[in-house]
Parts: sequence; C-alpha cells; structure tokens
Amino acid sequence: MLDSRIPEGPLAEKWNTHKDNIRLVNPANKRDIDIIVVGTGLAGSSAAASLAELGYNVKSLCFQDSPRRAHSIAAQGGINASKNYQNDGDSVYRLFYDTVKGGDYRSREANVHRLAEVSSNIIDQCVAQGVPFAREYGGLLDNRSFGGVQVSRTFYAKGQTGQQLLLGAYSALSRQISKGKVEMLNRHEMMEVVKVDGKARGIIARNLVTGEIERHSAHAVVLCTGGYGNAFYLSTNAMGSNVSAAWKAHKQGSFFANPCFTQIHPTCIPVSGHYQSKLTLMSESLRNDGRIWVPKSKDDVEAILNGSKLPTDLKEEERDYYLERRYPAFGNLVPRDVASRAAKERCDAGFGVNKTGHAVYLDFASAFVRYGKTEALTRGIQNPSDETIVELGREVIKSKYGNLFDMYKQITDDNPYETPMMIYPAVHYTMGGLWVDYNLMTTVPGLFAAGEANFSDHGANRLGASALMQGLADGYFVLPYTIGDYLADDIRTGKISTETQEFDAAEKKVKDEIQALISNNGDTPVDDFHRRLGLIMWEKCGMARNEKDLKQAIAEIQELRKEFHSNVLVPGSENAFNPELEKATRLADFLELGEAMCLDALTRAESCGGHFREESQTPDGEALRDDENYTFVSAWEYTGTPSEAKLHKEDLIYDNIELKQRSYK
Amino acid sequence: MNITLKVWRQKGPNQVGAMETHKMTEVSGDMSFLEMMDVLNGNLIREGKEPFAFDHDCREGICGSCSMFINGEAHGPGRNVTTCQLHMRSFKDGETIHVEPWRSAAFPVIKDLSVDRSSFDRIIQAGGYVSVNTSGETIDANAIPIPKHDADQAFDAATCIGCGACVATCKNSSAMLFVSAKVSQLSLLPQGKPESKQRVIRMVDQMDLEGFGNCTNTGACEVECPKGISITNIARMNRAFLSSNLTSK
Ligand SMILES: Cc1cc2nc3c(=O)[nH]c(=O)nc-3n(C[C@H](O)[C@H](O)[C@H](O)COP(=O)(O)OP(=O)(O)OC[C@H]3O[C@@H](n4cnc5c(N)ncnc54)[C@H](O)[C@@H]3O)c2cc1C
Ligand code: SF4
Ligand code: FES
Repeated sequence: MLDSRIPEGPLAEKWNTHKDNIRLVNPANKRDIDIIVVGTGLAGSSAAASLAELGYNVKSLCFQDSPRRAHSIAAQGGINASKNYQNDGDSVYRLFYDTVKGGDYRSREANVHRLAEVSSNIIDQCVAQGVPFAREYGGLLDNRSFGGVQVSRTFYAKGQTGQQLLLGAYSALSRQISKGKVEMLNRHEMMEVVKVDGKARGIIARNLVTGEIERHSAHAVVLCTGGYGNAFYLSTNAMGSNVSAAWKAHKQGSFFANPCFTQIHPTCIPVSGHYQSKLTLMSESLRNDGRIWVPKSKDDVEAILNGSKLPTDLKEEERDYYLERRYPAFGNLVPRDVASRAAKERCDAGFGVNKTGHAVYLDFASAFVRYGKTEALTRGIQNPSDETIVELGREVIKSKYGNLFDMYKQITDDNPYETPMMIYPAVHYTMGGLWVDYNLMTTVPGLFAAGEANFSDHGANRLGASALMQGLADGYFVLPYTIGDYLADDIRTGKISTETQEFDAAEKKVKDEIQALISNNGDTPVDDFHRRLGLIMWEKCGMARNEKDLKQAIAEIQELRKEFHSNVLVPGSENAFNPELEKATRLADFLELGEAMCLDALTRAESCGGHFREESQTPDGEALRDDENYTFVSAWEYTGTPSEAKLHKEDLIYDNIELKQRSYK
Repeated sequence: MNITLKVWRQKGPNQVGAMETHKMTEVSGDMSFLEMMDVLNGNLIREGKEPFAFDHDCREGICGSCSMFINGEAHGPGRNVTTCQLHMRSFKDGETIHVEPWRSAAFPVIKDLSVDRSSFDRIIQAGGYVSVNTSGETIDANAIPIPKHDADQAFDAATCIGCGACVATCKNSSAMLFVSAKVSQLSLLPQGKPESKQRVIRMVDQMDLEGFGNCTNTGACEVECPKGISITNIARMNRAFLSSNLTSK
C-alpha cells in the first residue's frame, strides 16, 4: 500500500524522464492556486521563492521574527556538490554512492541519485544570487573535504556556510515578497493541519504576538519545518527547533519514517553545567586539520585532570590517536556515527579528559606546523624558526576556521590556538522524518514535506555537508515541479473556504489544547520536563541502545507525559506574546515523539548508521547491519498512542549498488 | 557569584514600562547571559510570576535574534559577541546589571525585552537581492572568476546577522551599518553590479521611510556590531548613493 512512486527506467534517467512526463499546471492556472509553505529555512525559503516565481500564490510562515533567522542559518561547514572542480575523480555517481554508503544502505537509490544530479545546479544558483563562497587566489571556488568521502567536494563560506546560503534563499524570498507573490507571516506557528475530504487544505496557525488563532486555506501545504533533535533537550539545534508541525501531520495521517535515526555529531563543545540550554557544534570541517586523541595511559589522564600535566606536555608516543589507529584508511575523517561511537568507547573506558569524563581532544598542533611550512615557502621566508612556522600556521588556520576558534574561546574560556580543543558527541540532526514519495508528498494527499522534515535522502546516517544540499535541492529544484503533478487536479477547484466544519473543528481542537495548558494548576516550569525527557532519550535512545533500556524508556516517557499534563505550570495568557506557552505546546509533541522514537529503535534490532543496537555488533565493536531482515524504511501510522503505532515497511531495493558492510578501516 | 538585575518590564506595545529589580545567587561564570535569564525566569515562574520575554534562537551568535541592551551597551560588554555568547564571567560578583530592550522608533517593543525588527526585512525587500530566478539554469559557478580579495570583502560584509545592535547603539537610530553591509556585499560581486544603482537608492529610501535616523559618522555602531562590520561599508555606500543619485537625475 505504500507507493513510493519511483519512476521506471535506468537510475540515471529517472529524474529527467519523470520531469518530462510529470503533469504541469499552466501559468494562467497557477494564479488561481494557493500554497502554504511552513518554514523559511533553506528548504522553505527556496521552495516559497521558487513556487512564487512559477506563479503560484504562496503564504509562508516562520516562528522567528524574520525568515532569515531559521535554524539553517547556523550551519557551519559547507555544502556538497559533484562539480569535480578539483579534478579528483568526483562525479554524480560518486556523490550518489558515497551518500548511500554513508547512510549505511538505508536510503532510496532514486532519491539520492536525483540529489546528486541537481547538486551542481545549486552551486551555480547560489553564486548567481551573490553567495560569497570561499575562493582561491585565482578567483575560482575553493573546496574542502568532509567525513566519509575521499574527494574534496564541499563548497563553503568560512564557518558560516549556512548563513550565506540562507541569506541567498532569503533574498530570493524577499524579492517575491516585494512583488506580492509571497505573503510572509513572521512570528506565526502552525498548530494543526486541516484536511477536507482526506486532502490537506489548510492549517490553523497561532499569531505569536497577539495569540490570535488564525485559519489559512490552500490547495496544498508544504512542511519545511526542520528536524526534531531537541527531543533530547540538549542538542546543537536552535532553541525553537521543534517537531510540532510534522507531528501534527503525523497525527492527521502522514506516516512518520525511521524516527529513531538520529545523528550524534562527534565534535561539539562538552556539557559544562546543569543550567546548560544548548550545545555548540564545532564544525566537521575541523577534522580536515584537527587530530583527535586521548592519552594512552590513565596516569596521564589523572595528571591532566589534577592539573599536574597539560595536554601539550604529552609526547606524540604518549597519545592515542584512536581514529587513525582504528581506521587508517579514513583516519580522522570517518563518518560521524563511527567517530562518535569511538569517542564514547574511549570515554567509557576511562580516558575522558575533562572532569565529567566526557571529552576528547581535537588538536591542531600538527596542522599549524604543516601549514606554517608551506606558508613560509610561499612567502619566501628562508630558514624560518619553529615559532615563525607555528605563527604562520595559526594564521592559515585562522583564515579557515577563525569564527569557530573564536566561538570556542568565548564559550570555554580556553584558547584553542594554544591548547587542544575539548570535544564530545552531541545530538545534531535527525535523518528520520515524515515519509514522502518521490514527489515529496506524505501519505496525506496535498501535504508535502521538504528539507530535514522529511526522511528521504540520508538513510541511517547523514554525511557532512549534505543537509544543506538536500534542503536547497528539495526547495529550488524538486518540489516546485513535483507539486504540479498533484495540483494539476486542482485547477478548477477554486478558492478553499475557511468557513467550514473542518476548519471549525480544527480551530476548536487547537484552542482546547492551549486552554488545557494555560489553565492547568501545576507547579513545574516547562523546561524541567524537557530536561527530564532529554535525559531519558540521551541515556536510553542515544549513542547506544538496547532492548531493556528502550522498553523502560517508553514506560518512563509515558509517565513523564502524564505528569507534564497534570503538573506543568504555564504562566501568562493565551491572548498575548507568551514564549512559555510556545515551549509548552512544542514539548507536548516531543513527549509523544520520544515514545515513537523508542518504539522504532526497539523494533529495529540491527545496528545501522547512527542507530547502534548493542545486541548487534561485530567482535571488534563495529555496528553490524542485518540486511536480510531490515533493508526497509519503517513508516509508522499513528493509531492513538505513539508506542502502538502501526508499522508499514517500504522495502529498499538496490539495483545499482551492492550492499556491503561499511568499512572505513 | 551574586548579582542584582534591573530588567525592563513592559506588558505590551504602547504601554508604559519600568525597570524591575531581582537578586540572583549562585550564578556560575560559565553560564551564558541567556542561561542566567533562563534561571531567573524559572524562579519567577515557580513564584507564580510572569517571566521576562526575550528573543533568542540559535544561542551561538548567528541568527541575530537575541537583542539586549546590557549596562548601556548593545549585547553587553565584550567585543564581537552577541548576548547569547556573553558569559557571566564577564561580570563581577556583586555587580548590578541593567537589562533593557533595543530602543528605536523603528523597533517598537512587543513585550519586555522583545522588539519588532520587521523594518529590516522591508529594507531587504526593497532591493537587497540579485534579480535572478531560481531555475538553476544560470551559468557555471566558475564561469566568472572573482578576485579573492573582492570575494573576501563581500563575505565580510555578508556576515551581518541583522540583529539591530548598530541601530540600538546609534544616538540617531541610524540603520546605515546594516544597509551598507548588504549594499557592499552585492556591489563588490559581479553578480550584484548590474542593479547596484537602483538597489542603493531603493534601500536607502525604504530605510528613511521606516523612520531610521541619519548617520553623523560617530562610529559607535562599528564598535558594538557583534560581527565587526566595518564603517568603511558606509563610506562605500555613500559614494554609491551619491553617484547613483547624480546619474539617475
Ligand atoms: C550547528 C549546525 C551546523 C550544521 N552544519 C551543517 C553543514 O555544515 N552542512 C550541512 O549540510 N548541514 C549542516 N547542518 C544541518 C542543516 O543545517 C539542517 O539540516 C538544515 O539547515 C535544515 O534546513 P530546513 O530548511 O529543513 O529546516 P530549518 O532551517 O530548521 O527551518 C525550519 C523552519 O521551520 C519553521 N517552523 C518550524 N516549526 C514551525 C511551526 N510549527 N510553525 C511555523 N514555522 C515553523 C522555523 O521557523 C524555520 O523557519 C547543521 C546543523 C546544525 C544544528
Ligand atoms: S551591522 Fe552589525 S550590529 Fe548592525 S545588524 Fe548587522 S550584525 Fe547587527
Ligand atoms: S540567539 Fe542567535 S544570535 Fe543570539
């Protein structure tokens, strides 16, 4: 019954054939069609701008005070594209292959190939918009490498790639707003999907400034609402990132795919105290030049902790560069899931280098020397001293990652030019999301999902620099066309009325839910519950999972959810600007999603990508996939209680790639 | 450490506001300023009072949401940081800290510390873009080499986060630093050049329409800008504006 609608034909021709055969809406008819795009990150801004350019009437929403502040703004390291500018053997096929392999063979071949095909266009498009990517002295675009690949295909703008790409998409969106083709609703939160005759025909939104509950109708609704990493409370996501829009869609009939596939990023600044509200990423690009290590001996760990030794006092042979040791072929550039687990393994074994025992070093000392030497040569400095070399090297590193080093210093009060950074894995990205077909439509007709909100391209583990690629691919180049296939039936529908029973009922439901939270006579603030949920998720559904813990987690989350609804205290009024109420409605959904994530993790009794089941590992502790039993997408249908959701399997068929146990050794 | 906070309380737009005093104990130097505010808000909620509303999202200095005027400085003491990146170790034990919203006619207060900066969006909508469609069918990204120096300068201007600290700091509430950053970014790149004349005129007109004040070159904005946007951008824009106005007349 799950039809992914993947076009027939050879892999490399599917997308073109599909575009040739897809139904279109002619320009005159587009003027009569309304589309709501929720979210203004890379996926939402690019989709809204492109749909408006094509001629549709677009309404766009974001909960921030400006579309430019969507969470995509925080992406640091870069965006992939198979341009092969470095002439290092890159190609569409190789990008496709790396992404499928990186995803541990749990993504759809056809979707990933399409992504690789359009990747080059993204770079052309962004440059045309004035995105200031990094360039070489000759004036051409520069590239760097990311984990899990052996070519240099990542385009970047220092450590602010997401910001620059989003500002590009925001400018395209702004242009359409100025033309009146997009109506922009800032500080608006989507609270519910409205279905009419089984199709998505609008949404209920809350104006976050006035508290007013509004009805918005459309012929199709597109969710570009980002990922749900904040189910863990502490993550690298922005504070407002949430699952609510996707979860509401799920409860209205959209299947939720692979909710347990979460990405724990290996290089983040470790937790420092219980008041901590978020974790800060140190971009993966740093692993191009930084080497990860812990001391070889526990005595040295002890000495570092009691302050009698500094990390810089340890000689080379006293350090365990454990990634280089375990994975000589990829070294520090193994994929994220592998790097994270390796850090956990060392810290669990007692080699953690900070007082919590949860930190490893990321060291740039050898990069300073390497770059310093080259720089001395290019500047024609004869016989440079060691200090000069290191100084020159620091300048080079500064030009590459200056803002990240500054950020690190600001947060930790340590100077990473002098002493190695301390890092630890943290929740970062969610590969799971709303199940979509090849056209990016969910199982509710007329309801689409793009960007991190859908599940489609990254399998069980996302490779670095490919989320930005996917967000813009979906928004600029895929959705604007595939949505026509659905809307072709709507050219005679006419305006959708909001004065209907369906809108009445949806509005009432939203108002009742808000009322229940506001008038609850509890005594505990929202954040306390969120922290407790986060802890359950991190400990039992985090970097390593097992059956017993997952079952316990489900019970604990159900208990916590009850307690939340009987005991949460939400101050203020529903008819005003009320950030605490926003947090409460979002947490209510996380408390349901968490349970669904644990259920998904429980039923997938194999290890793959970011999902590591302790019961399924090789003798040397590597993740062990079970292709015979689990080569499918888990698409969950909501039935009333998250942990009683119904499982639908979409079998994954690999015609072009041979399934192998991933090895980076 | 212990601190005393004096925080702006204002129920809504067009309402009278006032400072409210709160004592905080056991503040850790490793807390960010916003985490300290979270703790304060948690205490207030438990006491049955309303927390202070403030804008924030990324908490790593890039989204431009956070916007507090702390001890008379936009984003508080410290250079090149936003409020979310400010840590309590920047303050002394026993210190009294004043926290106010951005103040500018073009940024009306919504509630407490939260203000409406949609005027910035409207300035961008007036012309802060390259008029190219998103079809992807443009020329190859490497077809036009761009000198690294120009690309780097464009990048530096493009790092503006649209926070509004420059406006809040300026005694005239001028938005020149913000506007000039966008104008510079696009005029430094070949892709932005064809429209540079009309862009600068439209954006400056919109800026005036929104009620931002004039620039009198005090340079205060540059000092408080968390991204180190340089006032040379203002000079560059002024030149462009003058020549555009001359040629278009
Ligand atoms: C710190 C960090 C660094 C990263 N670096 C990289 C990198 O270098 N390369 C890479 O490829 N990827 C990176 N990623 C991942 C990447 O940034 C994200 O996956 C991607 O930006 C998501 O884009 P999006 O458009 O799907 O969603 P988002 O950018 O998260 O946007 C979501 C939008 O939805 C809106 N929204 C959400 N819910 C609602 C609602 N209910 N009502 C109304 N609006 C709503 C929000 O306002 C927002 O506009 C990074 C992620 C993080 C956290
Ligand atoms: S110029 Fe600086 S202070 Fe002004 S909005 Fe941009 S980043 Fe903020
Ligand atoms: S919260 Fe994003 S810049 Fe401060």
